[in-house]
Amino acid sequence: VDMALSNVLELPASGFNFENSARNAVLEDVLGDGKTKTPKPMKTGTTIAGVVYKDGVVLGADTRATSSEVVADKMCAKIHYIAPNIYCCGAGTAADTEKTTDLLSSNLTIFSMNSSRNPRVIMAVSILQDMLFRYHGQIGAFLILGGVDFTGSHLYSVGPYGSVNEVPYLAMGSGDHAAMGILEDGFKPRLELDEAKTLVCSAIHAGIMSDLGSGSNVDLCVITRQGVDYIRPYQESEFKDQRQGRYKYKPGTTPILRENVEPVEVEVMQETVQKMDTA
Amino acid sequence: MQHCADGGRMREYHYTGPVEHKFSPYAFNGGTVLAIAGDDFALVASDTRLSEGYSIHSRDSPKCYKLTDTTVLGCTGFHGDCLTLTKIIDARLKMYKHANNKGMTSGAIAAMLSTILYGRRFFPYYVYNIVGGLDEEGRGAVYSFDPVGSYQRDSYKAGGSASAMLQPLLDNQIGYKNMENVEHAPLSLDKAVQLVRDVFISAAERDVYTGDALKISIITKEGVREETVPLRKD
Repeated sequence: VDMALSNVLELPASGFNFENSARNAVLEDVLGDGKTKTPKPMKTGTTIAGVVYKDGVVLGADTRATSSEVVADKMCAKIHYIAPNIYCCGAGTAADTEKTTDLLSSNLTIFSMNSSRNPRVIMAVSILQDMLFRYHGQIGAFLILGGVDFTGSHLYSVGPYGSVNEVPYLAMGSGDHAAMGILEDGFKPRLELDEAKTLVCSAIHAGIMSDLGSGSNVDLCVITRQGVDYIRPYQESEFKDQRQGRYKYKPGTTPILRENVEPVEVEVMQETVQKMDTA
Repeated sequence: MQHCADGGRMREYHYTGPVEHKFSPYAFNGGTVLAIAGDDFALVASDTRLSEGYSIHSRDSPKCYKLTDTTVLGCTGFHGDCLTLTKIIDARLKMYKHANNKGMTSGAIAAMLSTILYGRRFFPYYVYNIVGGLDEEGRGAVYSFDPVGSYQRDSYKAGGSASAMLQPLLDNQIGYKNMENVEHAPLSLDKAVQLVRDVFISAAERDVYTGDALKISIITKEGVREETVPLRKD
């Protein structure tokens, strides 16, 4: 008897699942009458980077989330927890990266409970690849997965169509060109921890300064066999806004036109006293 | 014609012919401009960032252009059109001076700009203009335009990419809108400059196209003075 194992993602019946594409097309017609548009998902417009160093992996990300050229969140967290030994940076559509990484994390937790082991990085990669390929690119998640397991330190890039690359250093997001320039220049195999942290920080910083979709602070996450060091923020943005005016409003600035006080009638229906043992 | 199977349903695909890719003569280079008119002064302020898409072309490209000793023009939108428009205005100012033996007043410049813009009604200059200066009586004047030349005189106006963020704040702080029991003090130059600085700091926080530095041109009867204030660079 073939039972669905509790530690494996449930696979659908066959082929691609396009249940919602017909509905989306209809909605697009109904809403896209020229005046209203389907709501644009919030994208992170990001710079994320990762580097494999001597004892593990360093992941870095900026903290700005944009919603079509307006900054929606100045301090969003782009380095997501997957497992105690695996973290994932996400670029692309914010909701997609959040939900995909949450789903992955839940599945790996179930696996860990079943087998009393920390998951391997390649497992996370395989599950992600399978899911993203199945959705044919509709899930806009550009991910950098980094982790350390007993086979060693690994850094993978996973694209929205399900493509996977294992590499020693990596940058993704709208600021990837700027970050990659720094990484290509400064990377060498078997870096020390401080060198690796400085390198990733400079790469993200280049993305923050050159790319309009990235900004604010730099978050870092260092993963080793011994544990994880999640540094948020690692480097704060140098600009400290100094507004000179005080923009406080005195009470009465917004006039009260009418006041209506209605007492709430309460009736005591039942009273119970439970003694607490304070001995 | 090809037939593709798709979950049992048959759909027909056919070659539609050569596909035309459109060339757009315009680009959006970002930037925000603000002008305030006081009793005896006018301010025109702009950020200095020039961008395209998600990249930065320049961190030092101010959008205020001094036209005369009493008038400054702020223009944002497509940088190519901004440059051409300012060249044309400079030439027209010279022509007026030679023909009439006097400089153009702020009101005259505004009226002229309107006709220049409408002259290109069917292939517009993609520029949002704000003219700030002193009128004949020495009082501050601000004229705001749309890309095809419609204009009006205001006491304050914001234009460009962060205009929707700045305008409501100015309505409240200068126009005292949506407030009651507040003393309507006349706007002093120092308060106006401080307000402009604070308002641009806020715009740079939330608008990706605004930042790097702020240039304020202060127009008084002594002439035009400039101040620079740094903003977020990220």
